[in-house]
Amino acid sequence: MTRNLFDQQLDDLHQNMLRMAGLVEESIEKTIIALKNHDVKLAEKIYRGDDLIDDLEKIIEEQCLNLIVQQQPLAKDLRTISAALKIITDMERIADHSSDIAEFTIKMAPEKYIKPLVDIPKMAECAKAMVNRAIDAYIKQDVELAATVCTADDEVDELFSLIVLELTEIMKKCPDTVGQAINLIMIAKYLERMADHATNIGEWVIYGVTGKHRKYNNKLT
Amino acid sequence: MKKRKIKETIQKAVIWLCAFITVAALAWIVIYIIANGLAHLNPDFIFSEYKGGKNGILPMILSTVYVVLLSVIIAAPIGVGAALYLVEYAKPGKLLYLVRFATETLAGIPSIIYGLFGFIFFVTILKFSFSLLSGALTLSIMVLPTVIRTTEEALKCVPVSYREGSLALGATKFQTIRGVVLPSAIPGVLTAVILSIGRIVGETAAVYLTAGMVTRFPGSMMDSGRTLSVHLYVLAKEGISFEEAFATAAILIITVALINLATNKAAGRLKRSFTSQDN
Amino acid sequence: MNNTQIKISTKNLNLYYGDNHAVKNINIRIEEKKVTALIGPSGCGKSTFLKTLNRMNDLIPYVRITGDVYFEDLDVYKDYDIVELRKRIGMVFQKPNPFPMSIYDNVAYGPRTHGIKAKEILDEIVKSSLEKAALWEEVKDRLKQNALGLSGGQQQRLCIARVLAVEPEVILMDEPTSALDPLATLKIEDLVHELRNNYTIIIVTHNMQQAARISDQTAFFLHGEVVEYGPTKKIFRVPEDKRTEDYITGRFG
Repeated sequence: MTRNLFDQQLDDLHQNMLRMAGLVEESIEKTIIALKNHDVKLAEKIYRGDDLIDDLEKIIEEQCLNLIVQQQPLAKDLRTISAALKIITDMERIADHSSDIAEFTIKMAPEKYIKPLVDIPKMAECAKAMVNRAIDAYIKQDVELAATVCTADDEVDELFSLIVLELTEIMKKCPDTVGQAINLIMIAKYLERMADHATNIGEWVIYGVTGKHRKYNNKLT
Repeated sequence: MKKRKIKETIQKAVIWLCAFITVAALAWIVIYIIANGLAHLNPDFIFSEYKGGKNGILPMILSTVYVVLLSVIIAAPIGVGAALYLVEYAKPGKLLYLVRFATETLAGIPSIIYGLFGFIFFVTILKFSFSLLSGALTLSIMVLPTVIRTTEEALKCVPVSYREGSLALGATKFQTIRGVVLPSAIPGVLTAVILSIGRIVGETAAVYLTAGMVTRFPGSMMDSGRTLSVHLYVLAKEGISFEEAFATAAILIITVALINLATNKAAGRLKRSFTSQDN
Repeated sequence: MNNTQIKISTKNLNLYYGDNHAVKNINIRIEEKKVTALIGPSGCGKSTFLKTLNRMNDLIPYVRITGDVYFEDLDVYKDYDIVELRKRIGMVFQKPNPFPMSIYDNVAYGPRTHGIKAKEILDEIVKSSLEKAALWEEVKDRLKQNALGLSGGQQQRLCIARVLAVEPEVILMDEPTSALDPLATLKIEDLVHELRNNYTIIIVTHNMQQAARISDQTAFFLHGEVVEYGPTKKIFRVPEDKRTEDYITGRFG
């Protein structure tokens, strides 16, 4: 006995998850480009693009609830669907943070950066890769891959500490920079949270496959 | 399409015709007998004795009722008991086969042979002489196969779930049979009894060879007596009076109807007393 | 967690219908005052296993049983009188099977069978049993009416009341809602939930959601064996065995 309709519906769900993940990755990427290039136009586009992701989240949420009503999933299916419900929330938050950063980009557009941005794009790259891998792991139901996402979070955390330390030094030396330095710290913080959400996604993937919760990151609740 | 419809109509008509013939024949007999008998039916005929110039049939009515009651009282418990054994207790095997074979054979034997047997065994050997008892015993043996077969069918129709339910409550097999199986089978037992009554009332050969043909009031079950059927037979055969014969037949039909009615009532009460044990 | 008592346990229990090995080497421990669900595809031996517990299989010819069933440390097949055993381990069947008699007599049947005659006592038992089975309010004005006039769901609750009337400790239920409509089913489930406070309940069901809803422990049967046995929450969220997973997600076979 197979459940063709159910499997088809699960497949549809996965397609939408992939679409949402693609949009989220794109928004991270564009955020960094806008930040680096003082690109107000792009930043505004990111800001508006967030609505699309929000809509998709609603669609997927509804898909999941329908599946629960129609198919009464149990065991693996139940875990997959509940994981999807949690993952879309994390993805939506990541996209939110993208638009938060975009907001700062718009605010800081007229200013010249107090230092060349090196570590922040690195962090962003890292976060993007984590989201990418987490979604990949979800689709492939790959626990190993999901676990690498969780360990990658440490790298992001380190970069964050480094950035904070560096900016603190700059602020100490030159109090004029405080305004912008705080903004940059905020951006770094958002990136750090993005990575945390990506870690969460990884954890949900592991739960979906194995049924076990593994806490790699206790900073987020 | 049209052809099929015509075919269907014809088939329906044939079935209707069969049903009509059956009902019509029955109705015709009953109406014919009652119509012919009614002319001669009067209180004097029904409620007087058959002597001293009178030709009343009250003694025959009483004899018939006695024989029927006696036979049913003897045959029903034995028949039901035998059926219970066959359905509930007997293990499939040679013995069960033998008992089945015996009852089926008994059912096919002509009644005159029962009459002869009753005459030799009850009347002569046991010295019951020509009596209602001899007649009733003979008739009991005659109707036993019917009672057994019909009761068996009724018992088999009691759902297994009733037995399971009772046994699962911790009832023993006997308690289950008495408390649930038998009460559910009562309608079947009733059918058996009514069928038997029909055969007993209609029987002539086996009765006059064992119960005799005396036309007086039976005083006890050791007295000889003449049942309505036997009376009818004599009236018709000797050519005494066809009017009386028809009137007797009418009374016979009414008697059977009344006995069946009474049996129904009694069975209802029996069922209640089986199922509700607190009264 | 550890103060739960084991009410029924089996040791290497096997059952054969002639040559058919229907129940294979079952070792299971049923906890007291818990609801244990037995699930599995048709013909997997779960109903047969259930019936070994109150020896209903004794009715079927050609059945051979090896191994032991313990009910409170005594062997069901050696140490118990069958009447005593069935009094303490009641059973509710797949199709409601009230006897063709009045509602009152149905409930009083068991106690009467076990020798209770006094009307006052019987009245009291009938009332309390019907109350426990959540049927009293619906039938209190027509106790003398025939039980076959009740709806399917009411009949099944009557059957439960009938079992409760003999004061069992364990109630076996063989797919008790498979012949009922969804609403009647939910009522029975509520009732089972109530009853678990005072009785040990073992229920065979084809309805996975039902098992998930009402049971504390679940055993998955396949081809006469217990594949997996554990807390219901775990079985339905994270089953350990691939076969259990396939069965409860409907991708079996």
